Amino acid sequence: MSGPLMTPIATLRALAGRLPVWWSRVLAAALIVVGVAVPFLFGGNGGFMNATIIAFAYAVMSLGLNIVVGIAGLLDLGYVAFYALGAYSVGWFGSEFFAKAQVHVLVNSVVSTLPGVHLNFLLILVAAAAICALAGVVIGLPTLRLRGDYIAIVTLAFGEIIYVIAVNGANINIGGGMTLTAGNLGISAVDSPYFPGIAQFGLLDLKPWYWLIFAILLVAVFINLRARDSRLGRAWIALREDEVAAVSMGIPLVRTKLLAYAMGAAFGGMSGAFLATYTTQVNASQFQFGFSIFILAMVIIGGLGSIWGAVTGGLVLGYINNWLIPDVLNNLPSTFGFRFQLTQVEFGIFGFLLVITMLLRPQGLIPERRRQLELTSAIPADDAQLGNEPEGTT
Amino acid sequence: MRSLRVSTPSRTHSSAWGMVNTTIIPPGPPTDLLGRLGALGARSGVLAAVRHSGQWVLIAALAALPVYYGIHDLTAGYQAGIVAGHPVVHHDLSKLGFNFAEGLSDGAIWALIAIGYTLVYGIIELINFAHGDVFMIGSFTAVGLWGPLGLGLTTSALGLAGGLLVTLIVTMLTTGSLNVLIERVAYRPLRNAPKLAPLITAVGFSFILQNVGLLWRGGNPQSVADLIGAQHPVFTIGGVPILRGYLVAFAVMIPLVFATTWFIGSTRAGKAMRATAQDPEAARLMGINVNNTISLTFLLGGALAGAGGLVYALYETNVWYFQGFQAGLLAFTAAVMGGIGNVRGAVLGGLIIGMIQALSDSRIGPEWTEAVVFGYLIAIMVLRPKGLLGEQTREAG
Repeated sequence: MSGPLMTPIATLRALAGRLPVWWSRVLAAALIVVGVAVPFLFGGNGGFMNATIIAFAYAVMSLGLNIVVGIAGLLDLGYVAFYALGAYSVGWFGSEFFAKAQVHVLVNSVVSTLPGVHLNFLLILVAAAAICALAGVVIGLPTLRLRGDYIAIVTLAFGEIIYVIAVNGANINIGGGMTLTAGNLGISAVDSPYFPGIAQFGLLDLKPWYWLIFAILLVAVFINLRARDSRLGRAWIALREDEVAAVSMGIPLVRTKLLAYAMGAAFGGMSGAFLATYTTQVNASQFQFGFSIFILAMVIIGGLGSIWGAVTGGLVLGYINNWLIPDVLNNLPSTFGFRFQLTQVEFGIFGFLLVITMLLRPQGLIPERRRQLELTSAIPADDAQLGNEPEGTT
Repeated sequence: MRSLRVSTPSRTHSSAWGMVNTTIIPPGPPTDLLGRLGALGARSGVLAAVRHSGQWVLIAALAALPVYYGIHDLTAGYQAGIVAGHPVVHHDLSKLGFNFAEGLSDGAIWALIAIGYTLVYGIIELINFAHGDVFMIGSFTAVGLWGPLGLGLTTSALGLAGGLLVTLIVTMLTTGSLNVLIERVAYRPLRNAPKLAPLITAVGFSFILQNVGLLWRGGNPQSVADLIGAQHPVFTIGGVPILRGYLVAFAVMIPLVFATTWFIGSTRAGKAMRATAQDPEAARLMGINVNNTISLTFLLGGALAGAGGLVYALYETNVWYFQGFQAGLLAFTAAVMGGIGNVRGAVLGGLIIGMIQALSDSRIGPEWTEAVVFGYLIAIMVLRPKGLLGEQTREAG
């Protein structure tokens, strides 16, 4: 039975699926060229530059989540937990938050007179990645025996637990009058990165921040490409495609899955650490469930499993979220006589994008080649039937 | 048998993603840390033993909170009030009883929502993430209907009863149709796609509905008219006041649950639902219209969520665009706890989750409740993924 709604969807999907395959490579090359050119084109300041820096950080997160969801096929709805832990690494190890402690490692002369734990940004980055990798393993352990949507729920639960702890951490005393987090008040006055002789990080000139996150992004892309094509990456894909077959072929299920969680989480932590440093604050209200979906939308819209897709998705949604909606289109509803601003309904917009992408172009903007084949050949045009094909072929 | 069978052997080994060529990695004992961790969890049998006795461990974990606080109330006592500047300390179980009464009536709402999760999961193996927000739209619809129907604080008891019945029916029809519409637009076109796809559109629709609610009634919780005098005590049992809100919650929940189990168990359409849940292809061969049956399931689930929405508005006397998020997660936890695909399990799970929530709200602090409930959710997933009354599902393996 094909309802009246199905035909237009199928038609639109056919149109959306017709983009040529080679456009992904062109886009990747263009991305790097544009990336190098951006600070020269837009100068060191302004809303667009700010949006670019944040979009790059989102792209790093999107790459991390893409490992878990896209490559390993484990739907993670609690990715915001790693953003939170990365950001709190900065709050804990790069600010005056633990005022009773006096630890200074490789920081500039001003910061070294301040109380608290102060580590160099690179050390914090490593710490954030390590903490998140560990947390990823902890979150991954209970999901090992589960599949599909049950994994989604357990990860969602962990993400929410981390959020609740972040909010209420202001009441958790860890000794010496210090608390675990600062809750919704936030930890502010976070140290700027200190790279003597290379760059001076400040609020006025955004260029050093740009080069820093661009470098992190390039490293992340490189690691992702190498990981995907490694034995581990192939094991992830095999598990995603058919867990039973993969395990019977000798792929160590536990180690492979946990490594996916750990590695995906590490990128989230690094990006979280950068964002906290860049925005100079760590506030619990940033770590709500909606952000997990926001990152997931990047991966989906970019193309599940596709590395360049994840980068593109991160950039597209980063610009939509930080530039297009607040700076450009925010007053659009009021010009049509509606009494709300576009920023209020941004999550609705992302939800809409998710639905539209899944219905019309489920392979995303830059599809992974394998998945493109699956999706375009496996979904029949007359899609209203249940069980048109044997289950194993979808 | 009134539960929905979920999995069939023929579907157990199918892949969600299809075929792929992979390089074989030779098996061997895990030598690194992660491998050993995994061996600890998955191979040595420790976890297996825990899972084997999972039901009892889970029951013990569920009983832990009330038993602990019961003993605490009896021995250390609790502050019942302040008279003339001095705290009055009681040593009895009536505070625990009060927690239970409140929890059970909260749980009645979660049970109504949980049935929708369990039915939909039973039939198409999809966590309908938008379900909690359908419940929220139900609350908003119900509250929106009070004005046109002339329901207010001054309405007579008979007029109130009639008006609320009309509200209940219209709300249930609205949310039921909304749920059918969502299935039609967002899930049906993806019936043969990888399982991730409809889950993602469900999440997307959840956000869309939340923003519809946000534009409808603003971003802050809105208090609504306390039509039934929800906090008004009717009688007391063993020192525990039974409030009117509790009675209304049960007066709506119990008939609806019986009607649902009757419908699923005894009607032709219910039989079609159970057949489709068991094996959609075989059901289709037997002449069952699978798509209509699935639509019917969504209608039923959405209608029950709408009823829950009305009860929530009457009982909590405030509505909020974000209420569906927490309610949805609580109800989903309830459905999993009872055993997903099992209607009676969903009701049992809802009541239990309600009690955990009330205990946590009153003893640990409402700001921690979400973490406590999710802690239980993870415990269920580890200990007994098929739930208290449930059946084996593919995901829970």
